[in-house]
Amino acid sequence: MATSNNAALFDFLLRLGDDQLVLGQRLAEWCGHGPILEEDIALANISLDLFGHAQAVLNLAGEMEGQGRDADKLAYFREAIEFKNCLLVEQPRGDFAYTIARQIVFSLRAYLLWDELTKSSNETLAGIAGKAKKESRYHVTHASEWVLRLGDGTADSHARLQNALDEVWRFTKDLFATDAIEQQLADQKIIPNLGGLYGKWLTMLQELITKATLRMPDPGMFMQLGGRTGKHTEHLGHMLSELQILPRSYPDARW
Amino acid sequence: MTWTESDVLKALETVRDPEVPVLSVLDLGIIRGVDIQGKAVTVKVTPTYSGCPALELIERNVAEALRDKGMQDVTIERVLSPAWSTDWISEEGRRKLKEFGIAPPVGNADDELVLIGTKAAPNIPCPFCDSLATERRSQFGATACKALYYCQACHQPFEYFKPH
Repeated sequence: MATSNNAALFDFLLRLGDDQLVLGQRLAEWCGHGPILEEDIALANISLDLFGHAQAVLNLAGEMEGQGRDADKLAYFREAIEFKNCLLVEQPRGDFAYTIARQIVFSLRAYLLWDELTKSSNETLAGIAGKAKKESRYHVTHASEWVLRLGDGTADSHARLQNALDEVWRFTKDLFATDAIEQQLADQKIIPNLGGLYGKWLTMLQELITKATLRMPDPGMFMQLGGRTGKHTEHLGHMLSELQILPRSYPDARW
Repeated sequence: MTWTESDVLKALETVRDPEVPVLSVLDLGIIRGVDIQGKAVTVKVTPTYSGCPALELIERNVAEALRDKGMQDVTIERVLSPAWSTDWISEEGRRKLKEFGIAPPVGNADDELVLIGTKAAPNIPCPFCDSLATERRSQFGATACKALYYCQACHQPFEYFKPH
């Protein structure tokens, strides 16, 4: 059965919005645990930006769905299997090197993706993208500076970041996974064709990694897939239980 | 009584950014339009940052300031596009920021900014002593819109309103 454009856009927006929401929550976990005060503040700031993007995108998703669900309903009252975020963002925060490896991999793609989505024929999505692009630029700069500092730093920081890059790499195929839904939206000119994203991302990342005296992870390694279709790792459910407990225990709570 | 745009703007001069109280919402450039139809007043507001927690408060304060002037039928409309830019901070706003101890944005938001950390960021003059011997301590300050800097000349930490 053909999927309506609104239903396709709903699905696409869940992927986009859930990525922001889940990573925002993971970054918020650093609050009070950052390696230095400035970093604590930086990660909390980035987290806040991501929650802002999630709220805007999920509100739009709710409109597309037309069932009266807003961003809060979508964030707090869905099960893990209904989340469409990529596997990368749901992994536990790990050490600071892991967080930085994830940040550069994710935020560089996010920046390039928002840039593309400013051309969306959906005006609200284009507006959100215009705003988010400017914000994610700072996230890329932040992560890239740390990649250089840790990669070209001490033997320990170099080794930790290299390990972290190797660790996150198996989720990169899932991050860029595409399917008929995206194709339909591109065919209908609702979003641009996102086929060129991976190549651009890889070139920019490669340049940075080399400059940081690190090596690119083995491209032939096993790649784990499933996030976009709701097949998540065990970590998402645990994370959601913390994220969702308050509104689920006290529905419609206000303060 | 009917209202004019200048009545509305005058009332908005009193509405401050809760995070940077020296700036009015007009100085900040987030008021994107005023529409008056009979007694109904609509004010278009654009967010500075997507996740800015001050936005809802600002919108509420805008509505309250207009009601205080006797405008009963007030609608706040949130507009996303075009995205807010620090280029819209007024000259007056920049002066007030500096006086308050926050370095105003240097250059235009559209300038080729650093993306991957390989290019040098511009020198930011210290708002207290105007020295260019300043260094960035963190790209993110107490709020998303500001970065943390330190002045080597007067040894004063300060915040910098990032071009955005």
